Amino acid sequence: MATQKMFFSGFGGQGVLMIGRNIAYAAMLEGKEVTFLPSYGPEMRGGTANCTVIVSDKMISSPLIYEADLVCVMNLPSLIKFERMVKPDKFLFINSSIISQSATRSDIQIAYVNANEIAKNLGNEKAANMVMLGAIVKKTGVVSFDSIEHVMEKTFAGKKQSVIELNRNALHAWE
Amino acid sequence: MSERVLMKGNEAFGEAAIRGGCRYYVGYPITPQNELTEFMSREMTKRGGKFVQAESELASINMAYGIAAAGGNVFVSSASPGIALMQEGLSFICSAELPLVALNVSRGGPGIGGIQPGQADYNQVTRGGGNGDYHIPVFAPASIQESIDILYDAFSLADEWRNPIMILADGMIGQMMEPVTLPEPKAPISEDEIAVRKPWALSGTKKGHRSVVKSLRMQPNDLEKHVEKLFEKYRQAEKELVKYDSDRIEDAEVVFVSFGTTARIVSEVIDMLAEDGIKAGLIRPISLWPFPEEAFSKVNPKTKVVISAELNMGQMMTDVKAAVCGRFPVRLINRTGGIIPTSLEIYERAKKILGEYK
Repeated sequence: MATQKMFFSGFGGQGVLMIGRNIAYAAMLEGKEVTFLPSYGPEMRGGTANCTVIVSDKMISSPLIYEADLVCVMNLPSLIKFERMVKPDKFLFINSSIISQSATRSDIQIAYVNANEIAKNLGNEKAANMVMLGAIVKKTGVVSFDSIEHVMEKTFAGKKQSVIELNRNALHAWE
Repeated sequence: MSERVLMKGNEAFGEAAIRGGCRYYVGYPITPQNELTEFMSREMTKRGGKFVQAESELASINMAYGIAAAGGNVFVSSASPGIALMQEGLSFICSAELPLVALNVSRGGPGIGGIQPGQADYNQVTRGGGNGDYHIPVFAPASIQESIDILYDAFSLADEWRNPIMILADGMIGQMMEPVTLPEPKAPISEDEIAVRKPWALSGTKKGHRSVVKSLRMQPNDLEKHVEKLFEKYRQAEKELVKYDSDRIEDAEVVFVSFGTTARIVSEVIDMLAEDGIKAGLIRPISLWPFPEEAFSKVNPKTKVVISAELNMGQMMTDVKAAVCGRFPVRLINRTGGIIPTSLEIYERAKKILGEYK
């Protein structure tokens, strides 16, 4: 892996920034160079939110991208807007619980992840972002599950055991 | 070496300032640097410092003026229109020869503008918006680690030069996260030490001599003498504070000049051009004042064109043209209003410009 450019998009409250931050953090623990660039503005729940994450073996110049090795969309407007960013043969992850439409391209690898349903069955729909994170890690191997679990231990430190359990289960739930 | 941590720019600014000796922070919230004010409100008192949220930027800079006069290591931060409000104070502080560190996490302008990243404060920070003859050394970091290194040194630099030091970042550096290594905290200066190390400070009556801090000089002869003294200092600063990075300029057909966030995007463009067999180089001014004119003497004499790439209407190009001194044509690639061009956009525009200089 030389450089992986990733883009995560959805609406505020879905935890898309959390997906990106976990990958960035885990990649740093693996000794990689990392940039995490969130969109910002008059943010609110339900507004749009996205972030760009770059993971590389060498120094990263531009933290800004115009094409990606991986795009993850958590809602329909994000699919419509960002599907074209995926480089040929690379990955598009679609939250199929929220997005009923299919992708239009046939030159890329597409994973439909019913993240909200899976999370709901585990007991809390809010963990949908962790289901998606797990799917990304499983399919692309951009970081290891070990690193992600290490990050989760740090970010969820002090939280209830049930919360930690839920998120760990969500991480491994997608087949 | 301590371990790498993943830090957001705005928080890293605060952490580096505290580790670099900042003991007083005065600020007023404004996007895109709010996380810094929030960080300082949480950390300053915990770490032996003082935090004040002032009622305005005008109040911030004048409170900082008072703190600096008393010898305190003080830090103010804001974003573009907030820094505009501080200009009067900065002129006064330069005249009074007081140390201070100011950070501008800049956004789009003019006026209240927008909140997305911009570099349209280049003239504001390098020329100064306050009245009279003065200069403020300005440093523009391109990464979070570089921001930390600059801020960590800024307080001792301000003390040494008895002048404000300005750091010009932008919304992108403020908002993004990168792994960084933090330097060891410097020991704070105690109040007793202030009287010894800063004999000019208004540090109380115990030290046995009077100090006067002022910017009013009614006699033209006095004022002229004072300004000339300031400029002896500035001429020295022009020699000692120049800082820049350069990459592949000795054999380049095209040389970019770019600072901060934009310089990182241009770095990628240089690699893209290299893939097409085009030799491109970069001069990245880190000190914007003093501007690194000396870097231009190393540019390949056969360079076809110099391109200034910036997030404004070409403010730095004035300095680039002065440094180039007619040796090469100087062109501009820019976006403004809070828009950051991708490497692809700069690459395409650069190819078009190069086509004119075959």
